[in-house]
Amino acid sequence: MSSFEPKIITFLCNWCSYGAADLAGVSRFQYPPNMRIIRVPCSGRISPKMVLAALRKGADGVWISGCHPGDCHYIEGNYYARRKFTLLKEMLEFNGIEPGRLHFSWISSAEGVKFAEVANTVIDEVRQLGPATMFIKKGPEESAA
Amino acid sequence: MNRYTETIKAMAKELLERGEVTGVLGFKKGARPLSTEPFLATTPEEADALFWDVNCRLNLAAYLKKEMGKVAIVAKGCDSRNIVTHIVENRINRQDLVIIGVPCTGMIDEKKAAQRAEGEILGAEEDGETMVLTTPGGECKITKTELLRQNCALCIHRNPVIFDQLVGETVPEQTDIDRYADIREIETKSSPEKWAFFDEALKACTRCYACRNACPLCYCPTCFVDESRPQWVGKGTDPVDIRTYHVLRAIHCAGRCTECGACESACPMGVPVRLLTRKMEKTVGERWDLEAGLTIKNRPAQDTFRTNDPEAFIL
Repeated sequence: MSSFEPKIITFLCNWCSYGAADLAGVSRFQYPPNMRIIRVPCSGRISPKMVLAALRKGADGVWISGCHPGDCHYIEGNYYARRKFTLLKEMLEFNGIEPGRLHFSWISSAEGVKFAEVANTVIDEVRQLGPATMFIKKGPEESAA
Repeated sequence: MNRYTETIKAMAKELLERGEVTGVLGFKKGARPLSTEPFLATTPEEADALFWDVNCRLNLAAYLKKEMGKVAIVAKGCDSRNIVTHIVENRINRQDLVIIGVPCTGMIDEKKAAQRAEGEILGAEEDGETMVLTTPGGECKITKTELLRQNCALCIHRNPVIFDQLVGETVPEQTDIDRYADIREIETKSSPEKWAFFDEALKACTRCYACRNACPLCYCPTCFVDESRPQWVGKGTDPVDIRTYHVLRAIHCAGRCTECGACESACPMGVPVRLLTRKMEKTVGERWDLEAGLTIKNRPAQDTFRTNDPEAFIL
């Protein structure tokens, strides 16, 4: 399993966590290249079906990050997101997704260091779990254009 | 005959005669034993067909629409909570409704009755707290409580929470009920066991969407399963597609579901759909101390927040 490199779909909010990723890059903080970043306007924009779409297409893990509560660019988007994520996480774990495959975090655009740390944590945990086996849609994949 | 039937008929007739409503949404006797059909009575004569017994499993709130004008609706405890949800979600105006509340002691499970009866059920009659099932081999008497649907056996809101008229005395609410024993049992399983458990449980699903059609919450003009660009979920009976459908539907209904059990009663394949919706109901209760549809003052759980919502799982 040592050669296994996980693919982690990462949803970052435009205003905080994406800025943090940028800062981590500019500051040359190191983290492994296992993430595939998708920039979204707000963590509140992320629907459970997007997370499921990632898992269905074979992602080994999903990481969602947004602004700290109270700091949302849209005032309250991340508060709604927090409720959605609570339900989504409970539901997916109830269905057998390992707790280590789904991660959520609040990272502000000034927290480049935290971004690299959390990225390392997330990637480590997913790497330890090994390749995803559940929720992967097999057979001819429909086009999702 | 159930004692509520005559009262419902009388109330419906009066409302229609006075012209207060354009229709009364209720049940009429079904073609088969142990069945009822939803029915909209629009004249006092038609109101004679209205009926009530322990087979009124459907949730009539699913038929309410603003375009209907002012109507009366017959509502059990759970249905009344869905009417509250409809009002909160601006699906219908309160002043356009006359709610005929029915204190309810539970509906019976058709599938349980079929299992218990020796042979095909040719007729069924309600006699107080006993069900008399007629089979080719003779009559078979079973107490109603043994045949209750699971959601009715676990019900803690038997009396309507919102109503204009009540067809009878309120019934005592059940207390000290362990609503989530089976959910907790699943939660203790390991991840692969959980996956295997639900693969088996949902295996029979044919994606007929009877659960979605019966559900008063499922009123999206285009359901995510029907979306094609992007297509979030395949349309066939692939196990992962089935799982995706049920998981996403349960999340959509989280914080709004009132455990009316219409989904499971409508399911022709006996899929335990409510395992997933009840998991969400449990989470909503545990995390945010919310219950759906009890008062028109509360927004649905996913449409509101508190700044101090628990977030132990967020890094």
